[in-house]
Amino acid sequence: MKQSECLDNKTKVVKPEVNFRFFLQLFWATFTLSIFTFGGGFVIISLMRKKMVATLHWIDDEQMMDFVTIAQSSPGPIAVNGSLMVGYHLAKLPGALVAALGTILPPMIILSLVSLGYEAVKDNLWIDAAFHGMRPVVAAIVLQVTWVLFKPLLAKKKIIPLLMFALSFVALYLFKVNIMLVMVICIIVAVIVSLVGMKKAGLR
Amino acid sequence: MTVLFQLFFSFFQIGLFSIGGGYAAMPLIQAQTVDIHHWLTLTEFANLVTIAEMTPGPIAINSATFVGMKVAGLSGVLVATLGNVLPSCIIIIILARLYEKYSKQTLLKNVLENVRPVVVAAIFTAGLALLQLAVGSISLENLQLDIFALIVFILAFFILNGKRLHIGPLVLLVLGALVGIGYELVQQYLFV
Repeated sequence: MKQSECLDNKTKVVKPEVNFRFFLQLFWATFTLSIFTFGGGFVIISLMRKKMVATLHWIDDEQMMDFVTIAQSSPGPIAVNGSLMVGYHLAKLPGALVAALGTILPPMIILSLVSLGYEAVKDNLWIDAAFHGMRPVVAAIVLQVTWVLFKPLLAKKKIIPLLMFALSFVALYLFKVNIMLVMVICIIVAVIVSLVGMKKAGLR
Repeated sequence: MTVLFQLFFSFFQIGLFSIGGGYAAMPLIQAQTVDIHHWLTLTEFANLVTIAEMTPGPIAINSATFVGMKVAGLSGVLVATLGNVLPSCIIIIILARLYEKYSKQTLLKNVLENVRPVVVAAIFTAGLALLQLAVGSISLENLQLDIFALIVFILAFFILNGKRLHIGPLVLLVLGALVGIGYELVQQYLFV
């Protein structure tokens, strides 16, 4: 028990009280996350994990990964789907809508401005320079989150999850298999494995 | 009025059928905005993709805003974006309700435990792609490593992973932007 308390994915989850201050906090959290989400949906997922799990302790790592699974396998942008899941978990429908609003407002505002004057921004040296410094930071954020999520997987020493990780990584990275296909296959395999496992446990 | 309805319905379809993130949405956006409704030329669409890559937010939302603004101004932005996220809102809320109800059930718990590693693998893959984009491609013929970006990456990783410095990712991103601008300044004015 003491050992598990040391792992940073096992910090205590405190579901927040739903009041006006909470909604402001939720909106502000998703709004600020969304401002920095260039480079695809998994960047916001990594940032969201840092904010919701590590900083605010509103949810735990396992819930976060479940939300990502559902967000990824449903239609629509992952960032919006992820926000909706977290928001709903914390405060039902109002929470989902507030979180989604926080997520879509920054791109709406920025793109509205950019579409009015994007010729000026297009080849701006200083914007390029800022991106030159931000890109490696984004990569570091995503890979560090990978590391944090991977550690408990190693610690549990269960064969099937590790195998699922290795095989899906090979499929995604080396063979560039569509993530939806990988997800669907893995869900089917997971259902079969779980059913077999439960049957065995039942027989014992 | 008809334009607003068309915007809403086009982006509703894009939202409904783009499963699997931004790159899955791209061809759908092109079909709706360029081929079917002629709201954008192909060049404008290419520009839009570039803008979407360098600005925050999901590409579908970015496109909805960009096209909405171009076709019908601010009301276009609102209608197109609303159309785009409405399918997500409906579907995710149904799934979220099911999750809250059944996630403690043994079968689903086991299934989710075995699916989570896939999420880790997907995040890992995305991270590696971002790293390659940031520090340059490594191939046998030409090794193009961006040393500056590599150093920033290593520093950022260890700052995030360490326990001593409490610098959040958002602050780190701002620092990264400043360092990038600083590096450019140095190059411009010191090594002319």
